[in-house]
Amino acid sequence: MREVAIVAFAQTRHTGHDTGLSEPELILPVIEEVKARTGLSRFGFTCSGSCDYLAGAPFSFVSALDAIGAWPPISESHVEMDGAWALYEAWVRLQHGDVDTALVYGFGKSSQGDLRAIMTLQLDPYYLAPLGLDQLSYAALQAAALGAGRDELDAIARRSRADGRRNPYALDLPDDLPGGSPVEPLKESDVAPLTDGAAAVVLAAGDRARELCANPAWIAGIAHRIEPHYLGLRDLARSPSTADAARAAGVGKGPVEVAELHAQFTHEEPILRRALDLPDSTVINPSGGPLAANPVMATGLIRIGEAARRIHDGAARRTVGHATSGPCLQHNLVTVLEA
Amino acid sequence: MSDPLTAEHVLEFPGGYTRSTGPVIGRFLTELRAGRIVGTRTAGGRVLVPPLEYDPATGDPVTGEYVEVGPAGTVTACAWVAEPRPEHPLDRPFAWALIQLDGADTALVHAVDAGNPKAVRPGTRVWPVWRGERRGHITDLSCFAPEVTRIVSPVRVPYTLRAGGALGVFLEGIRRGVFIGGRCASCGKVYVPYRLSCPQCGVAIGERVELPDTGTVTTFAINNLPDPRAPEVPFVSAYVLLDGADVPLIALVGGIPAHEVRQGMRVRAEWVPESERTASMANIRWFAPTGELDVEL
Amino acid sequence: MAERCAVIGVGQTHYTTKRRDVSIAGLVREAALRALEDAGLTFQDIDAVVIGKAPDLFEGVMMPEAYLADALGAAGKPMMRVHTAGSVGGSTALVGAGLIQSGVHERVLVVAFEKQSESNATWALSTHLPFSSSLVVGAGGYFAPHIREYMRRSGAPGHIGVLVAVKDRLNALKNPYAHLRIPGIDRAMVESTPMLWEPIRYLETCPSSDGACAIVLSSERAATGTPAWVHGAAMRSEPIFRAGRDTVSPQAGKDCAADVYRQAGVTDPRRRLDVAEVYVPFSWYEPMWLENLGFAAEGEGWKVTESGATALDGDIPWNPSGGVLSSNPIGASGLIRFAEAALQVRGAAGDHQVDGARLALGHAYGGGAQFFAMWIVGREKP
Repeated sequence: MREVAIVAFAQTRHTGHDTGLSEPELILPVIEEVKARTGLSRFGFTCSGSCDYLAGAPFSFVSALDAIGAWPPISESHVEMDGAWALYEAWVRLQHGDVDTALVYGFGKSSQGDLRAIMTLQLDPYYLAPLGLDQLSYAALQAAALGAGRDELDAIARRSRADGRRNPYALDLPDDLPGGSPVEPLKESDVAPLTDGAAAVVLAAGDRARELCANPAWIAGIAHRIEPHYLGLRDLARSPSTADAARAAGVGKGPVEVAELHAQFTHEEPILRRALDLPDSTVINPSGGPLAANPVMATGLIRIGEAARRIHDGAARRTVGHATSGPCLQHNLVTVLEA
Repeated sequence: MSDPLTAEHVLEFPGGYTRSTGPVIGRFLTELRAGRIVGTRTAGGRVLVPPLEYDPATGDPVTGEYVEVGPAGTVTACAWVAEPRPEHPLDRPFAWALIQLDGADTALVHAVDAGNPKAVRPGTRVWPVWRGERRGHITDLSCFAPEVTRIVSPVRVPYTLRAGGALGVFLEGIRRGVFIGGRCASCGKVYVPYRLSCPQCGVAIGERVELPDTGTVTTFAINNLPDPRAPEVPFVSAYVLLDGADVPLIALVGGIPAHEVRQGMRVRAEWVPESERTASMANIRWFAPTGELDVEL
Repeated sequence: MAERCAVIGVGQTHYTTKRRDVSIAGLVREAALRALEDAGLTFQDIDAVVIGKAPDLFEGVMMPEAYLADALGAAGKPMMRVHTAGSVGGSTALVGAGLIQSGVHERVLVVAFEKQSESNATWALSTHLPFSSSLVVGAGGYFAPHIREYMRRSGAPGHIGVLVAVKDRLNALKNPYAHLRIPGIDRAMVESTPMLWEPIRYLETCPSSDGACAIVLSSERAATGTPAWVHGAAMRSEPIFRAGRDTVSPQAGKDCAADVYRQAGVTDPRRRLDVAEVYVPFSWYEPMWLENLGFAAEGEGWKVTESGATALDGDIPWNPSGGVLSSNPIGASGLIRFAEAALQVRGAAGDHQVDGARLALGHAYGGGAQFFAMWIVGREKP
């Protein structure tokens, strides 16, 4: 495979409410930031991730193109998925060898609708969606299947909030955990906060990456796998697709100093940690993770970006970024980044 | 009745007849009460449903073997009842049908609740609809119904949308009766509605400009499909290039018969009275001709 | 391009207004299983699945790749969902081809679908957001002004759109999968139908269809059967609100064509290509795209159409399958173009086969004519 690295990463200062900015306006500053950081204004390929049902309108990605200066016309594609999969598509595109740089971005405004209910629309439309099974409820089913201890989950919530308060891009969530239990066994503190935001990443291949970045975060491995959909067909306490993707990406080939995991509920962290076979020495979600800021459709891309940032700033030499999609960790993407 | 030579007469055995079923019909009804449909097999191998004690072709006794059939079956013939009678199994229009249940060689007569006569015909697959409380009676099957081929899935997703950012600026102008655009410092083009970045250059737009409410129709469609937001059919949706702007707005054109609208026609926004204005495009009723000479495009 | 890529299997459903007899999974499986059968393969032989469709609002199922993963044999494999508006079917093929060309996978299943009858296309395409007052009703309402502008600029006579509407429907009569198969279709019939969005008549528009299309893509090593080789693949997008944007002949379309021609070594597309499957949802888009894609000089596209050159027996047949004008499950329409191009060079197009087709263009566009996806496939290896 051709050497490809993350050479720049930017994210919005995420908000827990709607600031009134449109999606293109949300994207604009992060695009400007990665352009400034790399000195690039044109890219060999561009790919984005977003979701119409967050925007409440079809073709939500169309106007986003107006924010990135797509003129003369650009080679561009879009996934109706988290931006992490846009990054995967861009990585694949760079393997062709004819282009050397790619711009990737993801964005979402969860504030505009009821995310719990919107996520119901992602379920099997015959057996699950008509039940009105909402995101919190199916996550709670998974938490129950796992049977994680309350102390462990509270510790994850506290750690994520504390790390998030130190992260200028994440939300400021108090150390005192809210006590409400909307769907047992989950508590409010187990659930990622409602967030609006966007993120952008620049990929570059080979020497181009070395020119653009002092410490490129090289993609040593990247893979994703999906599982059957229906919840009753799966062992919800495990994530075999994460384990398969981790094997394919080569997570176990060396020590992992930092892992940024797309865990939108506290109980997902131990499931993912086990699937990735991470030792206690691996620092999990030093950014605060999704429990400190969860701009849906950008959250997975931000995990990869945060994992890259540790390498960019010299803090780590080998990190893992993880992204997920679908109910109860149905679809998982794993990236291994190396200095 | 006025005719003294006419009288009502009801023949009804009080409480209903009590009938013994014999082993075969009894078995059938007992199975029905348990939610199953069975037939009997003849010596020749045919499965009779509903079961008889004899082979109707030969008169020979049937074998003692019971065979569970269905529950689904195929309509072999049907008749549509547009006006059901009180004694009919259904109180809404339905079909009587001969139904050959899966595994049976004969057809069962029963009602099919199909909704409309087009939904049931020979070949239609039907399934039993069971009565809530069964008692060992043919009406334990309250009727048959076509296969479920469609469900209705209401999807209603509410959102709260805020017009902040550039759109907020633009709509604030519209509240005042002014079109606010923005000039890109890089390419010099004027965009309306006002926007924060230039689609061509990708850079932030700082400078706001106020544009007049006159412009030129560059092109348009005459819509013959009704739309709740349009005053009438046909209506004209047009690209209107405001004077001083470099991108057209899409807007309704009115005050002129649809087929007299022209490319190059000069138009002016027709605003609703000041007292009715809000921060909304509804302030502009439509664009109407100014009467100036057409512009060469 | 690093690795060669070939289409080794094509599967389509019959396209129709309402496929009442299948679930969404059943619909996509029908196309997928036919494509696998055509390639002589099973789901077990597939490394990854790429699925594309237009807005999720059509079926009210958000990100349906989640629900469809196991229906398409993707359990334990990578699966991607592409959405680039109307061009999505083409983009989906290109994302799938990219997985082969990059050397990441050997065999990829690409599926695109739409089950428009679950709701209503015009509703799904024209959800009216607050603060917007634009009275654009459906795709026809959006594209009619651009067609009017083309007619003004080129001076094309009014019957050109009618000719295309007839030609594509005559072709559809030769395609068993086509949705609109209108016996006796002729100019008088098209002209007698009402104007919906002037200048677009009812029979000058595409239908609203249910349907799915699938292709199996393979590396050179893993190819089976009769491959159609990918000679060029390109996407281009441009911003919709750019000042001075040419909406009649968008630059992104020209650039995309130039890129795909360069890769395939095509300098004169009308002479070098044997057949083209081009996304023409409104009949007037044939002359418009003839110019945009370099098959005719600017302002001359309508003359090429009028000459009969694009008919099945013309020198450069366009849309022998009947095209989007005859079948339009939106999310799949682009992939159908790409798949039909492959069928032509594989000699597998049946009654609508163009004799001796060796090099074919597949084309799709979407959004406000701002997203383009194209490929060129050939009988010989590139």
